[in-house]
Amino acid sequence: MPFEAPALAGGAGGAATVTTERLARDDLRRQIAALERKLGELFASAFPRKGIEWRVGAVGGPRVLDAGDLERIRDALVVRLREAQAEVGRRADAEEANRALIESMIAQPEQHRWVKVSNEHIGEGECRHWHSRPRWGILGILLGWWRVKLSSGCPLA
Amino acid sequence: MSEAVPEAGWIAPGLAQELQGLRLRYLVVERGSGRSPREVKQRLRKLSDRFTGGQAINLRHQSIPWAYRVFYRHIGLDPDEQPTPIEAVALERIKKGGFRSQNLLDDALTIAIVESRVALRAFDADMVEGRLGVRPSAPGEGLEGRPGELPSGTLLIADEARPVGLLFGATAAGRGVHPKTRRMLLCAVGVAGVPDVAVEEALWLAAGVIRG
Repeated sequence: MPFEAPALAGGAGGAATVTTERLARDDLRRQIAALERKLGELFASAFPRKGIEWRVGAVGGPRVLDAGDLERIRDALVVRLREAQAEVGRRADAEEANRALIESMIAQPEQHRWVKVSNEHIGEGECRHWHSRPRWGILGILLGWWRVKLSSGCPLA
Repeated sequence: MSEAVPEAGWIAPGLAQELQGLRLRYLVVERGSGRSPREVKQRLRKLSDRFTGGQAINLRHQSIPWAYRVFYRHIGLDPDEQPTPIEAVALERIKKGGFRSQNLLDDALTIAIVESRVALRAFDADMVEGRLGVRPSAPGEGLEGRPGELPSGTLLIADEARPVGLLFGATAAGRGVHPKTRRMLLCAVGVAGVPDVAVEEALWLAAGVIRG
């Protein structure tokens, strides 16, 4: 069955326009492929962080897209990539600060009474957490005996 | 249609130039689906053990899954809303904690998709007229079992008479494999970045599992 590529131009110079438009679409497709690769790399490096938006949205398919639709996808991928990079960066800063907090808690637990930091706060999976708690309950509170307890991980399913 | 060698499907003129690398390969298996034998169930269990969450996360790094994601974008689909076949299988693996046996055809497709990463589907071979191919829908054309007309230009897998399904989408009513199907047509869709050898391997794998 014959198929007409999108936005075919007719008349004099039509062939040249068609070629130019096809080249433009091919170029946009290459850009989309490169952006998809970067987004995929970021997705893998961001794991196991949750709550980051990765969806770009469909423009309605399956069909051959014209240059305008391809541009919309390209632009949406650029925006999504930039937002995801910014979010991962923000979280990485917070996670670094939380790692420093854990070190400080371990060095001086009495300075961080009842502070609890979980693996999620440092960008890692599982349910482990560090908790500054008094030794021997009330006695530890009265005498200032504090320590950091590391939980043993996720409960068995 | 031959059982021995995968056949090449046709691609509508102009479409092949526009979506370079798009191709269809298919072969007919002279039997229907049914319950999976113990060996297939065992193979699925072993595959579940081999296919870890880490692998699922890193799928996007691999060339074939990435190629399908890119192709989805190129045809206006969002692979995060409508997962590619390998990502759909990986999601099921994560949700259910393993590949659960369903029937011989679905199990064979799961095994072949996981092993090859190639997009596979199946039709009732007796309901397909002539050779299969990919083409855009004509104005006013619809898909059996789906109300209304398809938007003109919707990419379809079609035989020489009518559409049998959307490309990476729904199968037309009566064209899919059902319990009374006697011959199944296994169909692989290749896109740019997916080597021919992987496409053919996917078909051989699925056919091998079905034939036993």
